Amino acid sequence: MHILHISGAITLLAGSIFLVLGALGVVRMPDPFNRIQAGTKATTLGTILVMSGLGMLHPSWLPKLFILIFFIVITNPISSHVLARVMHNLQVPLWSKKDQLSEEEE
Amino acid sequence: MKNLFIFSVLLFSVWVLLNASIDKSILIVGGFLSIILSLLFSKNRSIFSSIKISPKSFLYFFLYIFVLLIEVIKANFDVARRVIMPTIPINPGVVEVKTKLKSPVARLILANSITLTPGTLTVDIKDETLLVHWIDVKSTDLEKTTKYIAASFEKYLEVIYG
Amino acid sequence: MVETIINISMGLIILAGLLGSVRFFIGPSIYDRVIALDVLTIISISLIALLSHVAGRALFLDIAIVYGLLSFIAVLAISRYLERGL
Repeated sequence: MHILHISGAITLLAGSIFLVLGALGVVRMPDPFNRIQAGTKATTLGTILVMSGLGMLHPSWLPKLFILIFFIVITNPISSHVLARVMHNLQVPLWSKKDQLSEEEE
Repeated sequence: MKNLFIFSVLLFSVWVLLNASIDKSILIVGGFLSIILSLLFSKNRSIFSSIKISPKSFLYFFLYIFVLLIEVIKANFDVARRVIMPTIPINPGVVEVKTKLKSPVARLILANSITLTPGTLTVDIKDETLLVHWIDVKSTDLEKTTKYIAASFEKYLEVIYG
Repeated sequence: MVETIINISMGLIILAGLLGSVRFFIGPSIYDRVIALDVLTIISISLIALLSHVAGRALFLDIAIVYGLLSFIAVLAISRYLERGL
């Protein structure tokens, strides 16, 4: 019982570290497409780990946590894909190494 | 018919998980509701009818989830590595990927899986071509990108969806 | 021991929320703000689930489920509006 609690807390900690890394990626990446990449992936695994850690702490909550994980894994890629499609259709420019060297070059 | 069956099983399992009990009354009400709802909403939709129900596709479904989980974990360490570095090592670009899958649901699942794998993000689907934003472009050749990005998932999805 | 680790991870999730709000406020384009909103809602779902552990009630998990579904629809509505107007 005690071991289960400690491993649940450590899983929670790992999940929150991934959430921080995802948010840091959203702040640091240079253009909207890369921000979506960092935001989607890191936050998906972060949330899955937080929910699994809670499941280890409270085994009776597992069904609801499972539904939360299911919805997040399904909806998170779809919303980022829709945003990416909108940006692609409205021709948001991609970041490239050339831009940093000379602003004029296409 | 298969469409209706899978839809009501899905609704019923969500209902049971939400209630978190297998009381007799809850099961009866849930069964009624899921059959009525699936009759109402799956009349002209056939999104699940291309799924093959067989032991082999069931096994491949679980294998697929396992492969996806490993890819998601790899993707996270990839993102973490890129974010922590002082100068972000990226070389982004949009490449095309061709898919062999016919069924719309299989394409949807493929697109979502590509979004969750390391460094790739599905931007758009036109018929058989997927536009993929790649954070670190290694090649723009159609064959190579398809092999690198989509092949590992297509192998399993082809068995589950005919 | 367990409670200490949980407090640390709660602090980390709040830090993630603050970082997300930085992008939300300085984001040069509307897309950056929508991305930041998307990330912020997912972080808040984790925070609500963690709060349900602190309060010891499973009721908050229902709120987290509804919040997650609503935020998904919100992002879809905003992107549709950006693409062709309502």
